Amino acid sequence: MKQVRLDWEIAKRGWRRYAAYPWATVAGVFTNTIFGFLLAYILLAVYRSRADVGGFDAGDAVTYVWLSQSMIMTVYIFSWWELAWRIRDGSIATDLLRPLNPQRYWLAFDLGRAPYHFLFRGLPPFVLGALVFELRYPSPLDALAFVVSLTLAVVVSFGFRFIYNSIAFWLLDFRGVVTLSTTIVIFFSGMAIPLRFMPTALRDLCYALPFGSVIQTPVDIWLGKRDGAALLGVLGLQLFWALALLAIGQLVLRRATRKLVVQGG
Amino acid sequence: MVDTVFVWRRLVGAQIRSQLQYRLSFALDAFGSFWISFIDFLVVLVIFRNVSRLNEWNVHEVAFLYALSSITFAVTDMLIGQLDQFPQKIRDGNFDILLVRPRGTLFQVIASDFALRRVARVVQGSIVLVYALSTLTIHWTVLRALVLVVSVPSAIVIFSSIWVVGACIAFWTTDGGEFTNAFTYGGTAMAQYPFDIYATWLRRLLGFVIPLAFVCYFPALYVLGKTDPLGLPRFLEFCSPAVAAVSALVAGLTWRSAVRHYRSAGG
Repeated sequence: MKQVRLDWEIAKRGWRRYAAYPWATVAGVFTNTIFGFLLAYILLAVYRSRADVGGFDAGDAVTYVWLSQSMIMTVYIFSWWELAWRIRDGSIATDLLRPLNPQRYWLAFDLGRAPYHFLFRGLPPFVLGALVFELRYPSPLDALAFVVSLTLAVVVSFGFRFIYNSIAFWLLDFRGVVTLSTTIVIFFSGMAIPLRFMPTALRDLCYALPFGSVIQTPVDIWLGKRDGAALLGVLGLQLFWALALLAIGQLVLRRATRKLVVQGG
Repeated sequence: MVDTVFVWRRLVGAQIRSQLQYRLSFALDAFGSFWISFIDFLVVLVIFRNVSRLNEWNVHEVAFLYALSSITFAVTDMLIGQLDQFPQKIRDGNFDILLVRPRGTLFQVIASDFALRRVARVVQGSIVLVYALSTLTIHWTVLRALVLVVSVPSAIVIFSSIWVVGACIAFWTTDGGEFTNAFTYGGTAMAQYPFDIYATWLRRLLGFVIPLAFVCYFPALYVLGKTDPLGLPRFLEFCSPAVAAVSALVAGLTWRSAVRHYRSAGG
């Protein structure tokens, strides 16, 4: 119980950290909105010559664009370095002395950050997009499932970010690895282009890997593409990847700390 | 001028030497940059897996636009991409130091952090350009070749000007430098596709007010010998160098007036 209370306190700090830079939030919303318009018009040009791509019609695709732009920051798809920097500058040693698992600490922090980004980075571009385009909205049940799915997406994304940040235990210059990991998520999650536009084999692979769970699955749910057993199936897969990646992260951490040599003073 | 170029070469040369000291990390970095810029081209390929044409443009023509946009943007990013970190200098008051040195402030910011790893993106764009040129049948004339060759420096100057004006925002807002991303990263993304797919308001705003249409679209129309689907006057296809010159002038004046308004955060 005490532990949960601690998690809550850490989560509140995660929220506050990002709430401290309002101009960065405004600028970010602006950028996401511009990208939303660009992508929406690019995809609409595809629908000028056909009505359906992989089960998505034009309305689905445009909704996809605005929803995914809104989710970028919530699931924090771009490079997250914080843990890697703490490992590199040696602060990780202090973290390890605390009676709290670093992974749990950063997960709590991330779960406090995510709602802030959802409300302030996600909602505004979506509303702006909805003013210009005719978007699709979910049924109440799908809306509920979307919230659950998005939460799981944050944990899956965090699980992966924690693992690639841990590279810093072995590799002093981790920038290339972080960039490459980010690249993989952006493409294989459906952030760059809906997975439904991809060749079938590649699409199925992306859905099966953890990355499809980060963007494409929550959007599919929002659009009502998953019902009944299929809905439970994709949520189950998200839960599986969330737990699996956290477990792998924990193993990596344990291995790393067994041989940890702290840099610096 | 000659002196400035000399100093720039000394400063940048020193940074390149130091970055090449750590070969593995440089290689990993460049490798990462290469692939992250490759995503945009994969997106083009995925799109054309589903359709044979975007409006009147086929995959080879879009690849050509893409290559032109990404090469020129990558060179710009390599030369002045460090302006992204510039707001930090305003926030912590380190900009003051630049003011007392006997060189232009913009010059100092630009020469202060040259990232060689970004060369990977130039390589990536060049690969796509070779692919595009080998698949397209272009009826080369001297004028076509000239328009293509001149469009490259013009595009670099236009992108640079956008970047500089964007960085100036930081003088007033201190943070919020991220606004620039919409026009720099957003700008190259937009220029990778034919302008006739965008809505009129977006085209006017980002194509002409911010002159992104002159980066690739107009020169590409001429080089590829396409009629403008938008039916705009044909002389625009030759205007990129002039637009670049005006952009540079606007950017220079904006920076100058921004520096004059600068009040130190007191670092």
